[in-house]
Amino acid sequence: MTGPKRILIACGTGIATSTVVAKAIEEALKERGIDVITRQCKAAEVRSLVDQADLIVTTTPLPNNLGVPVIHTLAFLTGIGKEDAIEQIVKALQKKK
Amino acid sequence: MSNAIAQLLEPKSVFLNICAENTVDIITKLGNELYKSGYVKESFVDAAIAREQKMPTGLPLAGDNNAAIPHTDIEHVIKPGLAMATLQNTVNFQNMAEPEKSVPVRLVFLLALDQPKAQIEMLQEIATVLQSPEIVSNLLKAKDYNEVIDALAGGNC
Repeated sequence: MTGPKRILIACGTGIATSTVVAKAIEEALKERGIDVITRQCKAAEVRSLVDQADLIVTTTPLPNNLGVPVIHTLAFLTGIGKEDAIEQIVKALQKKK
Repeated sequence: MSNAIAQLLEPKSVFLNICAENTVDIITKLGNELYKSGYVKESFVDAAIAREQKMPTGLPLAGDNNAAIPHTDIEHVIKPGLAMATLQNTVNFQNMAEPEKSVPVRLVFLLALDQPKAQIEMLQEIATVLQSPEIVSNLLKAKDYNEVIDALAGGNC
């Protein structure tokens, strides 16, 4: 039985943009009936938290080869491409079983 | 509608139609105001400038204008606060998601946040502002603090 998916949300300091992005993702996915657990962190902490995440969404560049799908987007801040970003997240979560 | 930004934004922390040469200049101007008002420690300005170089906060928005949201780690903050500037000229910030790209900015929010998740309402309101080209445009036209508050409320007269 699969539990809620875990999304790691990264930004520069782990307090500002990741807060907005985490809330926006939780609400968007709830509307689609998808339960997720989000966790915010700084970009520098991502590598150490990667094994606790099914997906990473970030507003800031991250190293490659983290072993977990990464979605880079500003859409939850600027509104540009928000629907696309949500679709990408849904698809990425569906792939991970 | 509650106005978390208006509650945190003091009139003296609002700088309208000012000139700034670059990111260091504008962050220093706004940061010094927050330091004088007791929101941040002396280390805040340098930390915010350094962070901006490594992890820039320029945001390209829909519409004609762009914004930046410089901020830094909580250890430099005494209590949560916000300073805002609208610029006469554009200042180039680098793009948050693609730091090699420049974003010409005329609206800057300097954030002093002291806890993860604590100022969520204020942050969500800022995101709402950024997502509305009309509000951004009204902010850039504002001539005084009251017009700023009006613009943030959605420009209802």
